[in-house]
Amino acid sequence: MQTPAPFEYERATSVEGAIEALQRLGSEARVIAGGHSLLPMMKLRLANPEHLIDINDLHELSYIREEDYEVRIGALTRHVELERSDLLTLRFPIFRDAEEVIADPVVRNRGTIGGSLCQADAAEDLSAVCSALKASVVIRGPQGERVVGLDEFYIGPFTTAVGEGELLTEIRVPLRPGAGNAHEKVERRAGDWAVAAASAALWTEGGTIAEAGVALSAVGPTTVQCTRAEELLRGKAPSEELFAQAGEIASEDCSPVADGRGPVDYKRHLAGVLTKRALRRAAARAQHQED
Amino acid sequence: MTIQVSININGETVSRDIEPRQLLVHFIRDTPGLTGTHWGCDTSNCGACVVLMDGKPVKSCTTLAAMCEGHELRTVESLERNGELDPVQQGFHELHALQCGFCTPGMLMTSRALLDENPNPTEQEIRIAISGAICRCTGYKNIVAAVQWAAQHEAGARQEV
Repeated sequence: MQTPAPFEYERATSVEGAIEALQRLGSEARVIAGGHSLLPMMKLRLANPEHLIDINDLHELSYIREEDYEVRIGALTRHVELERSDLLTLRFPIFRDAEEVIADPVVRNRGTIGGSLCQADAAEDLSAVCSALKASVVIRGPQGERVVGLDEFYIGPFTTAVGEGELLTEIRVPLRPGAGNAHEKVERRAGDWAVAAASAALWTEGGTIAEAGVALSAVGPTTVQCTRAEELLRGKAPSEELFAQAGEIASEDCSPVADGRGPVDYKRHLAGVLTKRALRRAAARAQHQED
Repeated sequence: MTIQVSININGETVSRDIEPRQLLVHFIRDTPGLTGTHWGCDTSNCGACVVLMDGKPVKSCTTLAAMCEGHELRTVESLERNGELDPVQQGFHELHALQCGFCTPGMLMTSRALLDENPNPTEQEIRIAISGAICRCTGYKNIVAAVQWAAQHEAGARQEV
Protein backbone atom coordinates (compact mmCIF):
# COMPACT_ATOMS: atom_id res chain seq x y z
CA MET A 1 0.00 0.00 0.00
CA GLN A 2 1.31 3.42 -0.92
CA THR A 3 0.57 6.03 1.70
CA PRO A 4 2.32 9.32 2.38
CA ALA A 5 4.44 9.68 5.51
CA PRO A 6 2.60 11.36 8.40
CA PHE A 7 2.00 15.09 8.22
CA GLU A 8 -0.22 17.68 9.82
CA TYR A 9 -3.06 19.16 7.84
CA GLU A 10 -4.81 22.47 7.88
CA ARG A 11 -7.34 24.05 5.61
CA ALA A 12 -6.83 27.66 4.61
CA THR A 13 -9.92 29.87 4.67
CA SER A 14 -8.29 32.95 3.11
CA VAL A 15 -5.25 33.78 0.98
CA GLU A 16 -3.85 35.80 3.88
CA GLY A 17 -4.41 32.85 6.21
CA ALA A 18 -2.60 30.50 3.84
CA ILE A 19 0.39 32.86 3.63
CA GLU A 20 0.39 33.30 7.40
CA ALA A 21 0.45 29.51 7.84
CA LEU A 22 3.25 29.13 5.29
CA GLN A 23 5.24 31.81 7.15
CA ARG A 24 4.65 30.19 10.51
CA LEU A 25 5.54 26.66 9.37
CA GLY A 26 8.50 27.53 7.16
CA SER A 27 10.27 25.14 4.84
CA GLU A 28 8.47 22.03 6.12
CA ALA A 29 5.10 23.21 4.80
CA ARG A 30 3.69 22.69 1.33
CA VAL A 31 0.53 23.93 -0.32
CA ILE A 32 -1.85 21.30 -1.66
CA ALA A 33 -4.52 22.01 -4.28
CA GLY A 34 -5.40 19.21 -6.72
CA GLY A 35 -2.69 17.04 -5.19
CA HIS A 36 -2.24 14.92 -8.29
CA SER A 37 1.49 15.65 -8.48
CA LEU A 38 2.25 16.20 -4.81
CA LEU A 39 0.50 13.12 -3.36
CA PRO A 40 2.21 10.66 -5.74
CA MET A 41 5.56 12.24 -4.82
CA MET A 42 4.71 11.95 -1.12
CA LYS A 43 3.77 8.29 -1.56
CA LEU A 44 7.19 7.68 -3.11
CA ARG A 45 8.90 9.75 -0.36
CA LEU A 46 10.24 12.12 -3.03
CA ALA A 47 8.46 14.85 -1.06
CA ASN A 48 8.10 14.72 2.73
CA PRO A 49 6.36 17.87 3.94
CA GLU A 50 5.50 17.92 7.64
CA HIS A 51 2.52 20.21 7.08
CA LEU A 52 0.05 20.52 4.24
CA ILE A 53 -1.95 23.70 3.74
CA ASP A 54 -5.09 22.85 1.74
CA ILE A 55 -6.11 25.81 -0.43
CA ASN A 56 -9.07 24.15 -2.16
CA ASP A 57 -11.55 26.41 -0.34
CA LEU A 58 -9.97 29.61 -1.71
CA HIS A 59 -12.54 30.08 -4.46
CA GLU A 60 -11.32 33.65 -4.99
CA LEU A 61 -8.29 32.08 -6.73
CA SER A 62 -10.43 30.36 -9.36
CA TYR A 63 -11.18 32.56 -12.39
CA ILE A 64 -10.27 33.33 -16.00
CA ARG A 65 -10.86 36.95 -17.00
CA GLU A 66 -9.69 39.71 -19.29
CA GLU A 67 -8.26 42.77 -17.55
CA ASP A 68 -5.75 45.50 -18.49
CA TYR A 69 -4.75 43.92 -21.82
CA GLU A 70 -4.07 40.62 -20.13
CA VAL A 71 -5.86 37.38 -19.57
CA ARG A 72 -5.62 36.66 -15.86
CA ILE A 73 -6.00 33.15 -14.54
CA GLY A 74 -6.37 32.37 -10.83
CA ALA A 75 -3.90 29.80 -9.53
CA LEU A 76 -6.65 27.45 -8.33
CA THR A 77 -8.31 27.26 -11.77
CA ARG A 78 -8.59 23.58 -12.64
CA HIS A 79 -7.46 21.97 -15.88
CA VAL A 80 -11.04 21.22 -16.90
CA GLU A 81 -11.89 24.92 -16.62
CA LEU A 82 -8.91 25.91 -18.77
CA GLU A 83 -9.89 23.29 -21.34
CA ARG A 84 -13.48 24.54 -21.59
CA SER A 85 -12.93 28.29 -21.31
CA ASP A 86 -14.38 30.14 -24.31
CA LEU A 87 -12.18 33.15 -23.52
CA LEU A 88 -9.00 31.06 -23.62
CA THR A 89 -10.06 29.16 -26.73
CA LEU A 90 -10.64 32.49 -28.46
CA ARG A 91 -7.50 34.26 -27.24
CA PHE A 92 -5.05 31.43 -26.61
CA PRO A 93 -6.17 28.16 -28.19
CA ILE A 94 -2.79 26.72 -27.16
CA PHE A 95 -4.33 26.08 -23.71
CA ARG A 96 -6.95 23.76 -25.17
CA ASP A 97 -4.33 22.01 -27.32
CA ALA A 98 -2.37 21.25 -24.17
CA GLU A 99 -5.28 20.51 -21.86
CA GLU A 100 -6.69 17.85 -24.16
CA VAL A 101 -3.49 15.85 -23.68
CA ILE A 102 -2.71 16.54 -20.02
CA ALA A 103 -3.31 13.33 -18.03
CA ASP A 104 -6.97 12.27 -18.43
CA PRO A 105 -10.34 13.99 -17.90
CA VAL A 106 -10.76 12.65 -14.35
CA VAL A 107 -7.35 13.97 -13.27
CA ARG A 108 -8.15 17.25 -15.03
CA ASN A 109 -11.13 17.68 -12.70
CA ARG A 110 -8.70 18.14 -9.81
CA GLY A 111 -5.34 19.45 -11.02
CA THR A 112 -4.79 23.23 -11.11
CA ILE A 113 -2.68 25.59 -13.21
CA GLY A 114 -0.92 26.99 -10.14
CA GLY A 115 -0.02 23.49 -9.00
CA SER A 116 1.24 22.54 -12.44
CA LEU A 117 3.55 25.55 -12.65
CA CYS A 118 4.76 25.29 -9.04
CA GLN A 119 5.49 21.57 -9.41
CA ALA A 120 8.06 22.69 -12.04
CA ASP A 121 8.29 19.25 -13.61
CA ALA A 122 10.20 19.70 -16.88
CA ALA A 123 7.82 17.28 -18.61
CA GLU A 124 4.71 19.23 -17.66
CA ASP A 125 2.84 20.90 -20.55
CA LEU A 126 1.44 24.16 -19.11
CA SER A 127 4.91 25.39 -18.18
CA ALA A 128 5.89 25.31 -21.85
CA VAL A 129 2.57 26.93 -22.83
CA CYS A 130 3.02 29.80 -20.37
CA SER A 131 6.70 30.23 -21.28
CA ALA A 132 5.91 30.47 -25.00
CA LEU A 133 3.15 33.00 -24.28
CA LYS A 134 5.62 35.19 -22.30
CA ALA A 135 3.29 34.99 -19.32
CA SER A 136 4.10 36.20 -15.84
CA VAL A 137 2.94 35.04 -12.44
CA VAL A 138 1.85 36.92 -9.32
CA ILE A 139 3.52 35.68 -6.14
CA ARG A 140 2.08 36.90 -2.86
CA GLY A 141 3.93 36.98 0.43
CA PRO A 142 3.57 38.77 3.78
CA GLN A 143 5.08 41.93 2.27
CA GLY A 144 2.70 42.02 -0.67
CA GLU A 145 2.79 40.94 -4.28
CA ARG A 146 5.52 40.64 -6.86
CA VAL A 147 5.21 39.82 -10.54
CA VAL A 148 7.75 37.42 -12.04
CA GLY A 149 8.15 36.60 -15.73
CA LEU A 150 8.09 32.94 -16.71
CA ASP A 151 11.66 33.41 -18.02
CA GLU A 152 12.76 33.95 -14.42
CA PHE A 153 10.32 31.57 -12.74
CA TYR A 154 12.12 28.23 -13.09
CA ILE A 155 15.27 28.06 -11.01
CA GLY A 156 15.95 24.36 -11.47
CA PRO A 157 14.20 20.98 -11.60
CA PHE A 158 11.15 21.11 -9.31
CA THR A 159 12.30 24.55 -8.06
CA THR A 160 10.65 27.89 -8.75
CA ALA A 161 10.91 31.54 -7.74
CA VAL A 162 8.13 31.01 -5.19
CA GLY A 163 9.93 31.40 -1.85
CA GLU A 164 9.23 30.20 1.67
CA GLY A 165 6.04 31.73 3.00
CA GLU A 166 4.85 32.72 -0.46
CA LEU A 167 1.89 31.66 -2.59
CA LEU A 168 1.47 31.82 -6.36
CA THR A 169 -1.91 33.47 -6.85
CA GLU A 170 -2.31 34.38 -10.53
CA ILE A 171 -1.00 33.82 -14.04
CA ARG A 172 -1.06 36.78 -16.44
CA VAL A 173 -0.89 36.34 -20.19
CA PRO A 174 -0.38 39.55 -22.20
CA LEU A 175 -2.92 40.29 -24.94
CA ARG A 176 -1.38 41.61 -28.15
CA PRO A 177 -2.79 41.82 -31.67
CA GLY A 178 -1.97 39.26 -34.36
CA ALA A 179 -1.57 36.38 -31.91
CA GLY A 180 -1.47 32.72 -32.96
CA ASN A 181 -0.33 29.85 -30.75
CA ALA A 182 -0.31 26.06 -30.57
CA HIS A 183 0.98 23.12 -28.54
CA GLU A 184 2.15 19.78 -29.98
CA LYS A 185 2.93 16.70 -27.93
CA VAL A 186 3.98 13.11 -28.51
CA GLU A 187 3.17 10.64 -25.74
CA ARG A 188 3.48 6.86 -25.43
CA ARG A 189 -0.18 6.36 -24.60
CA ALA A 190 -3.24 8.49 -23.79
CA GLY A 191 -2.67 10.51 -20.65
CA ASP A 192 1.06 9.91 -20.27
CA TRP A 193 3.71 12.52 -19.73
CA ALA A 194 5.27 13.85 -22.94
CA VAL A 195 8.12 12.06 -24.69
CA ALA A 196 8.59 15.59 -25.98
CA ALA A 197 6.26 18.57 -26.46
CA ALA A 198 6.58 21.99 -28.04
CA SER A 199 4.66 25.23 -27.47
CA ALA A 200 4.84 28.01 -30.04
CA ALA A 201 3.40 31.52 -29.98
CA LEU A 202 3.65 34.12 -32.73
CA TRP A 203 2.48 37.71 -32.88
CA THR A 204 2.34 39.02 -36.44
CA GLU A 205 2.06 42.54 -37.82
CA GLY A 206 1.38 43.07 -41.50
CA GLY A 207 2.61 39.61 -42.45
CA THR A 208 5.80 39.80 -40.35
CA ILE A 209 6.54 38.03 -37.07
CA ALA A 210 6.82 40.85 -34.54
CA GLU A 211 7.40 38.57 -31.53
CA ALA A 212 7.83 34.83 -31.05
CA GLY A 213 7.84 32.37 -28.16
CA VAL A 214 9.06 28.76 -28.35
CA ALA A 215 9.30 26.44 -25.35
CA LEU A 216 9.78 22.69 -24.97
CA SER A 217 8.67 20.09 -22.40
CA ALA A 218 10.45 16.91 -21.31
CA VAL A 219 13.73 17.59 -23.12
CA GLY A 220 15.82 19.31 -20.44
CA PRO A 221 16.21 19.65 -16.66
CA THR A 222 13.54 22.37 -16.71
CA THR A 223 11.14 23.73 -19.33
CA VAL A 224 13.40 24.78 -22.25
CA GLN A 225 12.90 28.31 -23.54
CA CYS A 226 14.33 28.36 -27.09
CA THR A 227 15.64 31.93 -27.20
CA ARG A 228 17.82 31.30 -30.29
CA ALA A 229 14.82 30.04 -32.25
CA GLU A 230 12.79 33.04 -31.06
CA GLU A 231 15.52 35.42 -32.28
CA LEU A 232 15.57 33.71 -35.66
CA LEU A 233 11.80 34.12 -36.07
CA ARG A 234 11.57 37.80 -35.08
CA GLY A 235 11.21 40.24 -37.97
CA LYS A 236 10.75 37.55 -40.62
CA ALA A 237 7.78 36.49 -42.72
CA PRO A 238 6.31 33.11 -41.68
CA SER A 239 7.35 30.29 -44.02
CA GLU A 240 7.88 26.52 -43.99
CA GLU A 241 11.65 26.99 -44.42
CA LEU A 242 11.79 29.39 -41.48
CA PHE A 243 9.87 27.01 -39.24
CA ALA A 244 12.08 24.10 -40.29
CA GLN A 245 15.14 26.17 -39.38
CA ALA A 246 13.61 27.07 -36.00
CA GLY A 247 12.92 23.37 -35.45
CA GLU A 248 16.56 22.52 -36.15
CA ILE A 249 17.68 25.10 -33.61
CA ALA A 250 15.23 23.77 -31.02
CA SER A 251 16.52 20.27 -31.64
CA GLU A 252 20.11 21.48 -31.04
CA ASP A 253 19.33 23.65 -28.01
CA CYS A 254 17.48 21.08 -25.91
CA SER A 255 19.20 18.57 -23.64
CA PRO A 256 17.11 15.42 -23.28
CA VAL A 257 18.23 12.34 -21.38
CA ALA A 258 17.57 8.74 -22.40
CA ASP A 259 14.89 6.95 -20.36
CA GLY A 260 11.95 4.58 -20.77
CA ARG A 261 10.31 7.08 -23.09
CA GLY A 262 13.11 7.03 -25.64
CA PRO A 263 16.76 7.65 -26.51
CA VAL A 264 18.36 11.08 -26.84
CA ASP A 265 18.47 11.27 -30.65
CA TYR A 266 14.77 10.36 -30.92
CA LYS A 267 13.80 13.05 -28.41
CA ARG A 268 15.92 15.66 -30.20
CA HIS A 269 14.27 14.68 -33.47
CA LEU A 270 10.83 15.03 -31.88
CA ALA A 271 11.71 18.44 -30.40
CA GLY A 272 12.55 19.69 -33.91
CA VAL A 273 9.52 18.22 -35.64
CA LEU A 274 7.09 19.31 -32.93
CA THR A 275 8.51 22.85 -32.90
CA LYS A 276 8.00 23.07 -36.65
CA ARG A 277 4.44 21.73 -36.42
CA ALA A 278 3.52 24.03 -33.52
CA LEU A 279 4.89 27.06 -35.40
CA ARG A 280 2.97 26.08 -38.51
CA ARG A 281 -0.32 25.88 -36.60
CA ALA A 282 0.46 29.05 -34.63
CA ALA A 283 1.08 30.93 -37.90
CA ALA A 284 -2.17 29.66 -39.42
CA ARG A 285 -4.06 30.82 -36.33
CA ALA A 286 -2.30 34.22 -36.35
CA GLN A 287 -3.23 34.61 -40.02
CA HIS A 288 -6.82 33.80 -39.17
CA GLN A 289 -6.79 36.51 -36.48
CA GLU A 290 -5.36 39.11 -38.86
CA ASP A 291 -7.82 38.39 -41.69
CA MET B 1 -2.11 13.43 15.14
CA THR B 2 -5.60 12.41 14.23
CA ILE B 3 -8.36 14.70 13.05
CA GLN B 4 -12.08 14.22 12.87
CA VAL B 5 -13.38 14.11 9.33
CA SER B 6 -17.05 14.03 8.33
CA ILE B 7 -17.91 13.25 4.74
CA ASN B 8 -21.29 12.88 3.11
CA ILE B 9 -21.17 9.59 1.27
CA ASN B 10 -24.24 8.54 -0.71
CA GLY B 11 -26.39 10.91 1.32
CA GLU B 12 -25.20 9.78 4.76
CA THR B 13 -22.65 11.51 6.93
CA VAL B 14 -19.71 9.34 7.86
CA SER B 15 -17.52 10.68 10.69
CA ARG B 16 -14.26 9.15 11.81
CA ASP B 17 -11.01 10.09 13.52
CA ILE B 18 -8.26 9.54 10.99
CA GLU B 19 -4.67 10.42 10.31
CA PRO B 20 -4.53 13.34 7.85
CA ARG B 21 -2.58 11.13 5.46
CA GLN B 22 -5.47 8.73 4.98
CA LEU B 23 -6.47 8.53 1.33
CA LEU B 24 -10.10 8.88 0.35
CA VAL B 25 -10.22 5.37 -1.15
CA HIS B 26 -9.32 3.85 2.23
CA PHE B 27 -11.73 6.10 4.14
CA ILE B 28 -14.52 4.89 1.88
CA ARG B 29 -13.53 1.23 1.96
CA ASP B 30 -13.17 1.28 5.77
CA THR B 31 -16.84 2.26 5.98
CA PRO B 32 -19.10 -0.76 6.51
CA GLY B 33 -20.85 -1.76 3.28
CA LEU B 34 -18.75 0.44 1.01
CA THR B 35 -16.08 -1.83 -0.45
CA GLY B 36 -17.40 -1.44 -3.98
CA THR B 37 -14.89 1.30 -4.73
CA HIS B 38 -11.78 -0.53 -5.84
CA TRP B 39 -8.26 0.30 -4.84
CA GLY B 40 -6.11 -0.33 -7.89
CA CYS B 41 -2.84 1.14 -9.11
CA ASP B 42 -2.49 3.74 -6.32
CA THR B 43 -0.90 6.12 -8.84
CA SER B 44 -3.99 7.83 -10.40
CA ASN B 45 -3.53 5.90 -13.64
CA CYS B 46 -6.05 3.05 -13.61
CA GLY B 47 -9.31 4.70 -12.55
CA ALA B 48 -10.68 1.74 -10.55
CA CYS B 49 -11.07 4.05 -7.52
CA VAL B 50 -13.14 6.75 -9.24
CA VAL B 51 -15.97 8.21 -7.16
CA LEU B 52 -18.06 11.32 -7.74
CA MET B 53 -17.21 14.40 -5.70
CA ASP B 54 -19.96 17.01 -6.04
CA GLY B 55 -21.00 15.17 -9.20
CA LYS B 56 -17.57 15.13 -10.84
CA PRO B 57 -15.44 12.00 -11.15
CA VAL B 58 -12.22 12.04 -9.10
CA LYS B 59 -9.56 9.44 -8.35
CA SER B 60 -9.93 8.60 -4.68
CA CYS B 61 -6.41 7.11 -4.40
CA THR B 62 -4.96 10.54 -5.06
CA THR B 63 -7.28 12.57 -2.85
CA LEU B 64 -6.94 12.92 0.91
CA ALA B 65 -10.06 12.05 2.88
CA ALA B 66 -9.52 15.26 4.86
CA MET B 67 -9.88 17.28 1.64
CA CYS B 68 -13.43 15.94 1.15
CA GLU B 69 -15.06 17.30 4.30
CA GLY B 70 -17.98 19.47 3.26
CA HIS B 71 -18.30 17.76 -0.12
CA GLU B 72 -20.82 15.22 -1.35
CA LEU B 73 -19.47 11.90 -2.52
CA ARG B 74 -21.19 9.19 -4.51
CA THR B 75 -19.83 5.69 -4.80
CA VAL B 76 -20.86 2.75 -6.96
CA GLU B 77 -23.20 1.56 -4.18
CA SER B 78 -25.45 4.57 -4.84
CA LEU B 79 -26.23 3.57 -8.42
CA GLU B 80 -28.81 0.89 -7.69
CA ARG B 81 -32.02 2.43 -6.36
CA ASN B 82 -35.00 0.59 -4.90
CA GLY B 83 -33.71 -2.67 -6.30
CA GLU B 84 -33.37 -1.25 -9.80
CA LEU B 85 -30.05 -1.04 -11.52
CA ASP B 86 -28.90 2.28 -12.91
CA PRO B 87 -29.13 2.27 -16.74
CA VAL B 88 -25.32 2.30 -16.87
CA GLN B 89 -25.18 -0.85 -14.73
CA GLN B 90 -27.91 -2.44 -16.82
CA GLY B 91 -25.98 -1.57 -19.99
CA PHE B 92 -22.82 -3.23 -18.67
CA HIS B 93 -24.94 -6.31 -17.87
CA GLU B 94 -26.70 -6.44 -21.23
CA LEU B 95 -23.61 -5.93 -23.36
CA HIS B 96 -21.07 -7.94 -21.37
CA ALA B 97 -18.96 -4.87 -20.60
CA LEU B 98 -16.93 -6.65 -17.93
CA GLN B 99 -15.01 -9.83 -17.44
CA CYS B 100 -13.03 -9.79 -14.19
CA GLY B 101 -14.93 -6.74 -12.95
CA PHE B 102 -12.06 -5.01 -11.22
CA CYS B 103 -12.26 -1.80 -13.25
CA THR B 104 -16.07 -1.83 -13.29
CA PRO B 105 -16.87 0.43 -10.28
CA GLY B 106 -14.64 3.18 -11.69
CA MET B 107 -15.94 2.66 -15.22
CA LEU B 108 -19.55 2.87 -13.97
CA MET B 109 -18.99 6.07 -12.01
CA THR B 110 -17.00 7.70 -14.82
CA SER B 111 -19.74 6.79 -17.30
CA ARG B 112 -22.50 7.96 -14.94
CA ALA B 113 -20.81 11.37 -14.63
CA LEU B 114 -20.46 11.60 -18.41
CA LEU B 115 -24.15 10.91 -19.02
CA ASP B 116 -25.21 13.33 -16.27
CA GLU B 117 -23.33 16.07 -18.11
CA ASN B 118 -23.80 14.94 -21.68
CA PRO B 119 -26.86 12.67 -22.10
CA ASN B 120 -26.13 11.91 -25.76
CA PRO B 121 -22.36 11.47 -26.16
CA THR B 122 -20.67 10.40 -29.38
CA GLU B 123 -18.49 7.29 -29.36
CA GLN B 124 -15.42 9.53 -29.37
CA GLU B 125 -16.71 11.50 -26.37
CA ILE B 126 -17.26 8.26 -24.46
CA ARG B 127 -13.76 7.06 -25.30
CA ILE B 128 -12.24 10.34 -24.14
CA ALA B 129 -14.31 10.33 -20.92
CA ILE B 130 -13.13 6.83 -19.95
CA SER B 131 -9.54 7.38 -21.10
CA GLY B 132 -8.53 7.69 -17.44
CA ALA B 133 -9.87 4.22 -16.65
CA ILE B 134 -8.01 1.10 -17.67
CA CYS B 135 -9.67 -2.25 -18.45
CA ARG B 136 -7.32 -5.15 -19.11
CA CYS B 137 -10.02 -7.65 -20.14
CA THR B 138 -12.55 -6.31 -22.60
CA GLY B 139 -10.73 -4.03 -25.01
CA TYR B 140 -13.26 -1.23 -24.31
CA LYS B 141 -15.56 -2.05 -27.24
CA ASN B 142 -18.30 -3.47 -25.06
CA ILE B 143 -17.82 -0.79 -22.42
CA VAL B 144 -18.40 1.93 -25.02
CA ALA B 145 -21.42 0.01 -26.34
CA ALA B 146 -22.79 -0.29 -22.78
CA VAL B 147 -22.58 3.45 -22.22
CA GLN B 148 -24.34 4.02 -25.56
CA TRP B 149 -27.02 1.51 -24.49
CA ALA B 150 -27.52 3.44 -21.24
CA ALA B 151 -27.73 6.77 -23.09
CA GLN B 152 -30.38 5.40 -25.46
CA HIS B 153 -32.44 3.88 -22.66
CA GLU B 154 -32.29 7.04 -20.58
CA ALA B 155 -33.41 9.08 -23.59
CA GLY B 156 -36.27 6.59 -24.10
CA ALA B 157 -37.26 6.83 -20.44
CA ARG B 158 -37.29 10.63 -20.61
CA GLN B 159 -39.64 10.51 -23.61
CA GLU B 160 -42.07 8.22 -21.81
CA VAL B 161 -42.27 10.68 -18.93
